[in-house]
Amino acid sequence: MLQMADPFVLITPTYADGEGRGAVHKQVIRFLNDAANRNLLRGVIASGNRNFGAFFAHAGTIIAAKCSCPCLYKFELAGTETDIARVRQGLDLFWKQQH
Amino acid sequence: MTLHSAIQPVAKAVNWNRLQDDKDLEIWNRLTSNFWLPEKVPLSNDVQSWASLTPEEQQLTIRVFTGLTLLDTIQNTVGAPALMADAITPHEEAVLTNIAFMEAVHARSYSSVFSTLCRTAEVDDAFRWSEENEFLQAKSRLILEEYNATSSPLKKKIASVFLESFLFYSGFYLPMHWSSRAKLTNTADLIRLIIRDEAVHGYYIGYKFQRSLERLPETERKEIKDFAFALLFDLYDLEIKYTEELYDPLGLTEDVKHFLHYNANKALQNLGFEGLFPEAICQVNPAIMASLSPNADENHDFFSGSGSSYVIGKAVATEDEDWDF
Repeated sequence: MLQMADPFVLITPTYADGEGRGAVHKQVIRFLNDAANRNLLRGVIASGNRNFGAFFAHAGTIIAAKCSCPCLYKFELAGTETDIARVRQGLDLFWKQQH
Repeated sequence: MTLHSAIQPVAKAVNWNRLQDDKDLEIWNRLTSNFWLPEKVPLSNDVQSWASLTPEEQQLTIRVFTGLTLLDTIQNTVGAPALMADAITPHEEAVLTNIAFMEAVHARSYSSVFSTLCRTAEVDDAFRWSEENEFLQAKSRLILEEYNATSSPLKKKIASVFLESFLFYSGFYLPMHWSSRAKLTNTADLIRLIIRDEAVHGYYIGYKFQRSLERLPETERKEIKDFAFALLFDLYDLEIKYTEELYDPLGLTEDVKHFLHYNANKALQNLGFEGLFPEAICQVNPAIMASLSPNADENHDFFSGSGSSYVIGKAVATEDEDWDF
């Protein structure tokens, strides 16, 4: 399994059903079940689909709540160019603020 | 004569404990846990709201829903069954039977709306209209041509994803619009259930498309991609005309077009392709977005500083059991 050595921001898809269940993918659960990985998690960015209404990119909400880290951004499917630019800029700033 | 004919393949039982593609079970579970019927939605609470619409608005709504019924009917009776023949795994076939049946539920739901809110004669008129509307018929024809048994499996999937992830949205716009004005809110709840299902359908069929496409040589991949964009252009032309005819009287056409561009790009992403329409013309009215995903928009851009929500709560150490979803 992937072992993180430095602080990181997790980007994850969402697989929730209509009630928001199962939003976090099993591989992500396994990865974050590792306390060492979890301790290095600084934030989460989630993708999803607005068709799921209130549960759009719900994995970000759940991980942020469970790991007490911010959900930094949510985007749809593979994201748009604007999403990519915002995440790049946002992450630059975010890491500067972390130091 | 032997019992085993040389021509007939052995009949095989589907074994869900031997998966070739984990995605099949994942989507099966997702779809079955999302199962619903229109009786679950209290449509009769919209009776008063319906009466507040003008006769023109009522007629538009019935027509839009009839157009949606037609697409669901096609997907139920032709589209999803046509994909079954191309299924790679037996589990994929089973998932497609669920998709086919839910399309029947969707088509049936519009009739629940009609019987709750509308007069029979108005509805009969709209069904006649759907058979006579040239744009609705033309887009149905384009899709049905690709569902033909002789069409390539990949082209069928492209048509299917465009139906599920693009063509519905000229219709879905209207109940989202009413809902943003606090009208027909229960009907909008029902439509949101349909929208949710279509997202899974578009994703799954798009996923299967991508798995098949990646096995082809580069030249064939390019040919398939060209076909997809050409079909999208043809459908888009028809959608624009259909949209203008329906929404011009309410002055909503330009607003609907943004929603169409936005959804066309999402349909292409489901197929693994880049979006076609630049973001400047995909700026969906925020009221429609909010109606589509209530509560989802409040706090998803922490970077911009606009998110109100991120409050570092009481820190509670995460236990491993917490992750036992």
